[in-house]
Amino acid sequence: MTRHGGSTAAQTAARGVSRAERLALSTRLTAGWHDSDRRASLRAHHDRYGPLPQHGTGRHGTLIDAVTHAGLTGRGGAGFPTGVKMRSVASRRGQPVVVANGMESEPASEKDKALLARAPHLVLDGAVLAATAIGAGAVHLCLPRSREWLIAIARQAVAERERFGADQVAIEVHGMPHQYVSSEETSVVHWLNGGEARPTAVPPRPYEKGVAGRPTLLDNVETLAHVALIARIGPAWYRQAGLADAPGTMLTTISGAVDAPGVYEIEVGTPIGEVLDRSGTPLDAGPLLIGGYFGTWHDAQEVAGLPMAETALRPVGASPGAGVLVALPRDACGLAETARVLAWLAAQGAGQCGPCVYGLPAIADDFAQLASGRPKGPVLDRLDRRLSTVIGRGACRHPDGAVRLAGSALRAFAADVKSHVSRRVCLSARRGERRAAVLPIPRPADQEAWL
Amino acid sequence: MRHQLAVNPIACTGHGICAEMLPELIGLDEWGYPILAEHDVPRHLTALARRAVRLCPTLALRLEAANAERTVPTGGAHDPVRAGARQASNGQKAGPR
Repeated sequence: MTRHGGSTAAQTAARGVSRAERLALSTRLTAGWHDSDRRASLRAHHDRYGPLPQHGTGRHGTLIDAVTHAGLTGRGGAGFPTGVKMRSVASRRGQPVVVANGMESEPASEKDKALLARAPHLVLDGAVLAATAIGAGAVHLCLPRSREWLIAIARQAVAERERFGADQVAIEVHGMPHQYVSSEETSVVHWLNGGEARPTAVPPRPYEKGVAGRPTLLDNVETLAHVALIARIGPAWYRQAGLADAPGTMLTTISGAVDAPGVYEIEVGTPIGEVLDRSGTPLDAGPLLIGGYFGTWHDAQEVAGLPMAETALRPVGASPGAGVLVALPRDACGLAETARVLAWLAAQGAGQCGPCVYGLPAIADDFAQLASGRPKGPVLDRLDRRLSTVIGRGACRHPDGAVRLAGSALRAFAADVKSHVSRRVCLSARRGERRAAVLPIPRPADQEAWL
Repeated sequence: MRHQLAVNPIACTGHGICAEMLPELIGLDEWGYPILAEHDVPRHLTALARRAVRLCPTLALRLEAANAERTVPTGGAHDPVRAGARQASNGQKAGPR
């Protein structure tokens, strides 16, 4: 099944490695999570993982070398090679800054909250190690200010570290406005610079000029947690999990019509069917959303054998994204669910770019017509035109994500599209509001809160 | 030297002067916002393109060196396959609509 070589769950199973041993390979970030329901103290963290490695050329070379050889890629959704990003920032003039992005505005994603709530020191280690490696003078951990409980945990963890005194860089924890697009890297930087938490036009990107005009390394909190482990144990160990071209482990959030929804750590490249099986998702469940609300819809059975990894999923137009997997129940209407999410996404734009401000609501409206089986005029033609018009024409990738979701829904639910366009809606769409929606939509956030 | 047109989508407020001046290279979507040709500005239109850049009321339009290679991290991008190609130019399918 795998074209990539390396060690996959399927191959290790074939070699007679037990499931328990496979699980051990995939409990790196999540070790000890089920021992207690509290965050790991600094002492417990050191007991489990050892002390913070001191900077300089360890036996793995510099940290940047180690992270590069490990093949770690970003876990915030874009999947950019972390070592390359670190090297880019470190090579620029001016003292850099590190930003740990814990905003997690993706509604169906829980992994970053879970990681910070259970193992904040893994994240903070990674941030501090990265800062030392690139010569940064400060670390900023950004969290939504509405998650006061999480901010409290982060601040307690920082206070513990200050008492312990091993960090060479100071860490500041910030509570930011929590709009969907506020988690985008330029939004975070803009806000840290005193502006609103809205995306800015690029160039320059944060790695060139970010916080206080300095080269800024902005990484997802999970990415930094992996950095913390690579720094301790090395790239060879890191690559023991996952695939040769997609090494390591990743956190996924599995939800929807599943027995045990939650955050699961998997080896990158684990077949999707096996991932779903861990959460008790039947393969004959309804449609599967992969990646996030900027992701794509698929038939679970068709993708069950595919590795959860970037290159493996690209041929079916998917990407692991932020590790989100949502399984709809069999009788759910994928068009109705998509219409709801698109309406929300349309309202979540920063309101800065014409094609997004006007295009997303128009697309959402077309989709609503489709979902309700009351199309006005040639709705499919309009959608087709609007989807290709809007993509790529905003300052950030928000409209692109919505377009991607809409386009994939039209493809994955083509049979439903045909019926709905002929005003024959499926039973669940007819049930309308009475049916419990599956994909979570956050409560309306404070509309004024961009600062 | 080859040039390409690019627009800052935040600064752009859809005046449409650029499309009036350069219909060969700039069209407008149904909401009045510019869709730029992705190919280079032909030599004979370069002067006109420069004029359009100067006349944009919000200075959103710019002319830059063609194929400014962006091997940049795309952090926060929702579609990594497209993101790298879309960064600087925010171009669209060629030609006016």
